[in-house]
Amino acid sequence: MAAEAGKIDPMHQFQISALGDGALDGTPFIFTNSALWMLIVLACAFLFMWGGMKRELIPGRWQAAAESFVEFVSGMTLSSIGSEGRKYTPWIFTIFIFIIFSNFMGMVPLAVFGPHPFTVTSQFTITGLMAIMSFSIVLIVGFWKHGLHFFSLFVPHGTPGVLLPLIVPIEMISFLVRPFSLALRLFVAMIAGHILLDVFGNFIVNGINSGTAMGYGVSLISFIFIVGVNALELLVCAIQAYVFALLSSLYINDAVHLH
Amino acid sequence: MPQLNQLMLVYQSQWFWLLLCLALIYFLIGRGMVPKIEKVVDDRNDKIAADLAAAEKARAAADEAEDRARAAEEDARSQAQSVTAEAKASAAKDTEALLAKVDAEIGDKVAAAEASLAEARAKALESLESVAAEAARDVVSKVSGVNVSVDQAASSVKAVLANG
Repeated sequence: MAAEAGKIDPMHQFQISALGDGALDGTPFIFTNSALWMLIVLACAFLFMWGGMKRELIPGRWQAAAESFVEFVSGMTLSSIGSEGRKYTPWIFTIFIFIIFSNFMGMVPLAVFGPHPFTVTSQFTITGLMAIMSFSIVLIVGFWKHGLHFFSLFVPHGTPGVLLPLIVPIEMISFLVRPFSLALRLFVAMIAGHILLDVFGNFIVNGINSGTAMGYGVSLISFIFIVGVNALELLVCAIQAYVFALLSSLYINDAVHLH
Repeated sequence: MPQLNQLMLVYQSQWFWLLLCLALIYFLIGRGMVPKIEKVVDDRNDKIAADLAAAEKARAAADEAEDRARAAEEDARSQAQSVTAEAKASAAKDTEALLAKVDAEIGDKVAAAEASLAEARAKALESLESVAAEAARDVVSKVSGVNVSVDQAASSVKAVLANG
């Protein structure tokens, strides 16, 4: 994060750079630090789930953790979509586990040893594509199940006919805004928390480097503050993954059942 | 903001790697592992429910057995009580019969004794009479020199005794 002589650049952590001997050239197969961290997330998620596959009657800690993940997500889809929700559990589980592992991997304090973690979900290319995929599922399922009747989603029950010209555009806009809100919520939460952590982390370093009494005071205050922000950020990591998965399942519920 | 500045340079690579990762997670974890883990959890819940039901059934059976045992105990107790009462009654009856028999025997003996006593007494009285008549004759002969016959003496003694 390169604070040369007290210069703080909190956005540097979101920089994508090519790994190996390539340069960013806009082609799909270039291997970047972002791709590396996606693969790390994939490996961690796979390891976590694999450790939970012991299938014992009395689960150990790891198995209980993996099972509680699965139960949490399948309970979420079942309660928001109903009995048909079982079909959508794999997708909801996929985005949930990818987001929560990305968020947490971005919080691992590897920078103490050297390499900086990269938060995949702080890229709106990532959150945007996931939101578009969830939204596409909504559209596909909606039109597949209900055909053109799907448009009745924009006409809430019991709306007086006079108000329809007003209500329908509002409903339509609120529907079309969903993928953007889904993507931006996660992206903004991640980026804001990481900027905050970066800025105050730099305050600590710069305060100590300054060697003055006031510098040490600033460092101490920043340290206390950053402990709290870290705890909050861990909470946000879990909540954002939950929100993304929950809203996706609620949107799918709209498509499955209309209103 | 690097996300914006680099957008055109990175979006294809980002999407490629993201789709690759999501596809792997979806097929290997979402469709592969999750249903198996769900099944394990469901099986466990079923087993717990079945075990609970079995325990409930066993408890009901135990309750029933206890009730049966209690009823049997009650039965046995009342039976024992009736046997005891019967035994007591028969023992009392035996005692009574024995007592009656003994009573009767004693009565017989007493009656016999009384009879022999009365006989002895009569005999004594008789001999007393004869002794008195003898004495009276002696007295009469000594006093008046009249010889009174034995019969006369006896009859007068009898008369005196009867008056006295």
